[in-house]
Amino acid sequence: MVKTLADLRVGDEAVVSDVGGDRGVARRLMEMGVLPGTRVRIARVAPLGDPIEIRVRSYSLSIRRAEARGVYVTAEAS
Amino acid sequence: MSESLRTVVLAGNPNAGKTTLFNALTGARARTGNYPGVTVERRVGKVALPQGARVDLVDLPGTYSLTARSPEEQVAVDALLPLAGPPPDAVIVVCDAGALARHLYLALQVLETGLPVVIALNMMDEARAAGIDVDVAQLARELDADVVPVVARSGEGLPELRSALARALTAPARDAYRAPARDGSVALALEGATLRDVEHVEMTIAPMVRRDVDPAHRASMARARALWAILSVGDDELRGVPAAVREAVAEVRGRADAEGRSIDREIIAARYARIDALARDAIRVKASAPKRSVTDRIDAVLTHPVAGLVVFAVVMGALFQALFTWSEPMVGAIEAMVAGAQDVLRTYAPGGPLRDLLVDGVIAGVGNVIVFVPQIALLSLFIAVLEDSGYLARVAFVIDRVMSGVGLHGRAFVPLLSGFACAIPAILATRTIENRKDRLVTMLALPLMSCSARLPVYTLVIAVAFPASATLPGGIAVGAVALLAMYALSVITTLGAAAVLRRTVLRGPKPALVLELPPYRVPVLRNVMLATWDRARTFVIDAGTLILAITIVLWGLLSYPRDGALEARYDAMRAEAEATLEGEALDARVASIDAENAAERMEQSFAGQVGRAIEPVIAPLGFDWKIGVGLIASFAAREVLVSTLGIVYGAGEDTDEENDTLRGELRAARHPDGTRVFTPLVGLSLMVFFVLAAQCMSTFAMVKRESGSWKWPVLMVVYMNTLAYLASLLVFQVGRALGFS
Repeated sequence: MVKTLADLRVGDEAVVSDVGGDRGVARRLMEMGVLPGTRVRIARVAPLGDPIEIRVRSYSLSIRRAEARGVYVTAEAS
Repeated sequence: MSESLRTVVLAGNPNAGKTTLFNALTGARARTGNYPGVTVERRVGKVALPQGARVDLVDLPGTYSLTARSPEEQVAVDALLPLAGPPPDAVIVVCDAGALARHLYLALQVLETGLPVVIALNMMDEARAAGIDVDVAQLARELDADVVPVVARSGEGLPELRSALARALTAPARDAYRAPARDGSVALALEGATLRDVEHVEMTIAPMVRRDVDPAHRASMARARALWAILSVGDDELRGVPAAVREAVAEVRGRADAEGRSIDREIIAARYARIDALARDAIRVKASAPKRSVTDRIDAVLTHPVAGLVVFAVVMGALFQALFTWSEPMVGAIEAMVAGAQDVLRTYAPGGPLRDLLVDGVIAGVGNVIVFVPQIALLSLFIAVLEDSGYLARVAFVIDRVMSGVGLHGRAFVPLLSGFACAIPAILATRTIENRKDRLVTMLALPLMSCSARLPVYTLVIAVAFPASATLPGGIAVGAVALLAMYALSVITTLGAAAVLRRTVLRGPKPALVLELPPYRVPVLRNVMLATWDRARTFVIDAGTLILAITIVLWGLLSYPRDGALEARYDAMRAEAEATLEGEALDARVASIDAENAAERMEQSFAGQVGRAIEPVIAPLGFDWKIGVGLIASFAAREVLVSTLGIVYGAGEDTDEENDTLRGELRAARHPDGTRVFTPLVGLSLMVFFVLAAQCMSTFAMVKRESGSWKWPVLMVVYMNTLAYLASLLVFQVGRALGFS
């Protein structure tokens, strides 16, 4: 099954395999360092369940689940 | 010398400490304004260099990259890669040493332009504490630019930064691309199809580069512009992009799509490949680095499903309390000062139209402006602290789920909440929203939030229209229910209006939330104070002049034309009273004559005439012409309705909503056919009108200032007042059809 960032749980680590979805959002995410080959970790979920916080390139980035579904990952065991 | 000062641009990511560095370098004697045509704040200050020379430092808005799809984002691009004006003489790029891997992305883009660059490696102290060691010399070698470690908060490294800036200003422009490949070149390793695509766009752009740009620099400028165009043009809202550039980009993109390539990714990945190589050489993370940072531990509480929401509620409650209650003594003091100044003039200046203009036009207008300052200052202070500490990003993180439901950004929450107190500071607070459409939607919807100026109106109308004895089953006062209903109506319509605006005039793809959660930091007092001062000053100068002007015009409408015969008649009545009465009886009689005089004067004024003229229009809402005069006067400020009703209904001037004479007069007010004017249904209709109508001219002035055009305040006035009229019409007509009165 193809996994996306939205499928991961808090604490999970993964490597980005593709960034799709809306062109503008994909470009913004890539410029923020979320590129294929980048390692990311799910740090936290907002109190109301959305957005989520990920750690990427040693900083914290918050994205909505809707955008997270456009980021494909190959999961690694946490 | 007549030579103008050289210009240095300060660029950097949000949260890189750019503002702190700007304030530290310029001594904070900055000029503040807006970039032409957009609502982005522009700050310019002077920096003294070691040899006594001075340069202008322009603070760019914080940006993660030079990709730009909106005019707001384009500000940074135009400053660094201008097609019209001269390029800057040098650029300082601020990077957070602790998050260098991402901050170098912008630095690399700026270096690609070939302009002389100094990299200020900020927050070295934090980086060291986190176990991150940056090899500054290595980084400088590889980037072919001065890299200066600084700690902007403490001033560490600033002398070195000034020296580096002086060196950069004498350095020749670099050809970042055509230089022979070596370690110091920042040229991207673009190959094959990508290189061909970039070169194609570059050929279109090259002839557009200004003639006076150093020839060695021209190629870099063209290449940098081409890379910008490929990433930015297409689904953008930019103005003034040459058609030839659009065509070239469209052609290149079409070809890439056909070949199944993502040209965006190829360019961005090439930059990050370069960054990763730099990081391998120049950044070492010590194994002794703390496993869990302070920020992580704070966030474990502040974004916790339970504790996080509690803290959120407490912080927002404090903000609310501050705007409503803490600002009150200052607002009261200002109002007392204005009233005092008016009294002094009334007592000592010779009577006449000039005195009236000064007292009721100019001083009242100045009062209308400065009365907002305490709330603006308090809210700006709050927001500066929240933003500098890093909590504002968490506010958006915590509440985004709720806000996104109506198509708003999480950052719109604080401005909307502040709207309960006053729309003026709340509109200023929308500056924390990056996206232009998000910001406009928030700005246009938030005057529907029931601000504190509406409260006196509700209080008066409820007291007049609903007898205190009226209760619902269970002993709940009808007045209390009515008040609560007004606040509920206000929240519902605000969110509804935002949702509708987002889907109509400000339609666009649902904006993504890609939000950095910066580490928590102790706010820098100086930054907070300067930000507060800047906002208050900007308001007084820009919006204030407009508010003052409209106040004077409104005063004229309410006071003119003057009828000499009418005044003479009342003067005669006063003289007669003085001749026949004395003591308290005289005072009472004079007061009653004054009240009648004021009422009749207002009836004959332009505003009174307009009130009569619009009576047929507002009669279906249950309003008479006297309420109409009140509505016109409410444009000065909503609470003015109370004192205006006091005048037109002959209860005398200087009445407030608690005034029993006024309440009595209004309760007793009758239509010519003998029916009551202020029935519960009329009261309800009037309150609904006040919830929804755009009346506060200060808000129009503010929206004009912050949106940079008259189009938006006009749209706001039209949609809100249409909504108010229709809602009041519905309330009154349906209420009457149902047999209420």
